Amino acid sequence: MSEQQPTSKFMQNGVVKWIEHRMPIFSFIDHSVGSGYPAPKNLNYWWNFGSLAGLALIIMIVSGIVLVMHYTPHTTLAFNSVERIMRDVNGGWLIRYLHMNGASFFFIAVYIHIFRGLYFGSYKYPRELLWIIGVLILLAMMATAFMGYVLPWGQMSYWGATVITNLFSAIPVVGESLVTLLWGGFVVDNPTLNRFFSLHYLLPFVILGLVIMHIWALHTFGSNNPTGVDVKGPQDTIPFHPYFTIKDLYGMGVFMLIFLFFVFFAPNYFGEADNYIPADSLATPPHIVPEWYFLPSYAILRAFTNEFILYWPVSWLMTAKLAGVIAMFGSIILLALIPWLDTSKVRSARYRPVYKWFFWIFVLDWIVLGMVGAHPAEGIWVVLGQVATTYYFAHLLLILPILGVLERPLATPESISASVTQPAE
Amino acid sequence: MSDTASTPPSAEIDEQTRRDFLLVSTATVGAVGTALSLWPFVNSLNPAADTLALATTEVNLAPIAEGQSITVVWQGKPVFIRHRTKAEIEQAKADDAAALPDPAKDADRVIKPDWLVMVGVCTHLGCIPLGQKEGEPKGDFGGWFCPCHGSHYDTSGRIRKGPAPLNLPVPTYEFQSDTQVKIG
Repeated sequence: MSEQQPTSKFMQNGVVKWIEHRMPIFSFIDHSVGSGYPAPKNLNYWWNFGSLAGLALIIMIVSGIVLVMHYTPHTTLAFNSVERIMRDVNGGWLIRYLHMNGASFFFIAVYIHIFRGLYFGSYKYPRELLWIIGVLILLAMMATAFMGYVLPWGQMSYWGATVITNLFSAIPVVGESLVTLLWGGFVVDNPTLNRFFSLHYLLPFVILGLVIMHIWALHTFGSNNPTGVDVKGPQDTIPFHPYFTIKDLYGMGVFMLIFLFFVFFAPNYFGEADNYIPADSLATPPHIVPEWYFLPSYAILRAFTNEFILYWPVSWLMTAKLAGVIAMFGSIILLALIPWLDTSKVRSARYRPVYKWFFWIFVLDWIVLGMVGAHPAEGIWVVLGQVATTYYFAHLLLILPILGVLERPLATPESISASVTQPAE
Repeated sequence: MSDTASTPPSAEIDEQTRRDFLLVSTATVGAVGTALSLWPFVNSLNPAADTLALATTEVNLAPIAEGQSITVVWQGKPVFIRHRTKAEIEQAKADDAAALPDPAKDADRVIKPDWLVMVGVCTHLGCIPLGQKEGEPKGDFGGWFCPCHGSHYDTSGRIRKGPAPLNLPVPTYEFQSDTQVKIG
């Protein structure tokens, strides 16, 4: 694409030309996020959330690296070193609140990004691998966030780590030894804290590598768009820079406003008060809840009791605890198979009148799961959690495959341009 | 480009099967060796010698009156030691015949019926059950109650109701004298 465009003044610069000849990094950047990347001209604001997630990743890495300079990964010192960051380190409270709330906003951006992909069918051919890499990023994010939450060594840190690592004890035969291996002892203790710290520092860079692969795969075929119709020619695209760089920047401005509102005015809104109590290995808090972004997964985990209908078919094979663990991990891993579970050839829900409804029911179901995860497992919440869990798997394993066969999609426009130049019928 | 390092066209296919064998066997040996060399790194994550060295705890039972419980720490885990009352022992024995998710006789879970010693970690997801202190809920069966996900344990520490799959485990322990136990 860039060959047709006149070379910019920047590219004529002697130093730039010297580097470019030996390592064509400037044209690489231009083809990635510059004028050399032709993007569909109809991308709407739902397409902002990829770059917002990227911004959140950078905020997390930068604030995290600075926090490490003041943090001590030892059970006797960790809690106090975090309090020292909050009280004594210059601007430490700001950096920590950026990191704490940054995690929540990273997940907000990524969850919206995922639902965008589900609505507009961004996972369909030829973007299946792009989607799978995205699911891997989500998994890596969950692991990173979980281990990061343990580091302040408060009550929720300690008991969250205990409950989640104990999940692996459900695995037959090797479960107990595996948990001992994870802990480096017989309970969550200093060895556990140290290895979580090491991995919490490593994984964000793994995520960064996956993000680069994600963008690489994206640019092989280019972005999907709200119509879901392939780009047919130059009339359907505009250069990424300046048109979408400016749109992304605008989105970042709005995102930062909301993010910083929480950082400055409600920094503990997403947190749990119990985590300001130092970890006590002999007293479990009465109500253990994970961070909000794990609540739907947590609800699926807890839905599996001996009375749950989805447990019956496997009850001869495993305990309800193991079934819950498999279902929880399965609920995320199954996302990677959506390109094959969804049998419809039409990408965008705009032209899928029935899927559009099921999409919103699925969003609602996910929110209900989140609410269930936040409440103690008793009364109505047990039933609600089991119904919502059943629906979650029914959506992925039954509704998506069947709908693609039965649904009669609307006529899709011939091209992105045609969708605006020709009146809809 | 054209000057060096190109394969002469004649050297191609001839001995394909022998070459393939060499290639595959070399790659396999290499892969197995690399995998084995990872073991020390994985094993380094297992409990270290100093962690293992803290593997026993000795407890003096003399100050514990009938009906009282204490919690001691063994391998970082809480161990419940309960001086059971006559009524509790009777109840535990009577419940041997009840429907138990994880069947075990009370007699097999104690050395001396007066003293119930067990690891106070819920077998569901590792929370610490309540019921040790005066006034804490003891659950529907007069033993212990886990607040995290609602598991009820009886006066022998056996699971009776709730999501936990197993009874509270009994650690290895021995009576060194009438009033002294060594756990571990």
